[in-house]
Amino acid sequence: MYDNRMRLQFMSLSQNESFARAAAGAFLTQLNPTLDQLTDVRTAISEAVTNAVIHGYQNGPGLITLCATIEGGRCTFAVRDSGVGIEDVSRARQPFFTTRPELERSGMGFTVMETFMDEVVVRSSAGGGTTVIMKKIIKGEAKK
Amino acid sequence: MRIQASRKGRRVLARLSGELDHHGAAEIRAKLNALIADHTVSELVLDMGNVTFMDSAGLGVILGRYRDLSRRGGRLILTCVPGDIDRLFEMYGMYSLAGCGRGMLDATDTI
Repeated sequence: MYDNRMRLQFMSLSQNESFARAAAGAFLTQLNPTLDQLTDVRTAISEAVTNAVIHGYQNGPGLITLCATIEGGRCTFAVRDSGVGIEDVSRARQPFFTTRPELERSGMGFTVMETFMDEVVVRSSAGGGTTVIMKKIIKGEAKK
Repeated sequence: MRIQASRKGRRVLARLSGELDHHGAAEIRAKLNALIADHTVSELVLDMGNVTFMDSAGLGVILGRYRDLSRRGGRLILTCVPGDIDRLFEMYGMYSLAGCGRGMLDATDTI
């Protein structure tokens, strides 16, 4: 059973990247995170939402859903799009991998999410959209 | 995101302020490119002290300018880097790239 829950839906527009990370950060503050934990979450959410805008919807129209659930001292975020999906998730998660080098993408998006969050699960299939689920432990046994 | 810049000889100093993400990336890329368009510029110093947020898209923009400069034998210096942004540069291995380094502003650096 969760203690608190929220769900936001917004258009796939780059200006909503800052909106999404600000909303996620604001929701997290009820767990009294440190400044570093707050930055970790804001950065990871920014990565997931940016991926949805650029890769999921390829800068075209679409809706992105951000959900967050608090259970005890942990917060779980889900960023979902109904875009093109990822054909090979394990390849996409490798550092420096990008399908869009012409856009000067660093290929570090998933690496940042994995480094800054305690758990990252990616559910995706070609044509079936992508859901990135990320857990951050604020109190209790956090990642060393 | 705002940029204030000054030039001294072959060196351009640019002070970035605000959030550096995918949304602002194209504009910052264009502004930084304009600052180093003159090929006699061999060093770009980025003062990151007032950058309040950066993600991997922001990293991509800085990496792109590093590549442009290093192709012509120039250098990129990153200075006053806040801790959370430094972590991203470290993660990428930015400081171990040839022609890229951490630097300090000297007393004559003014914008």
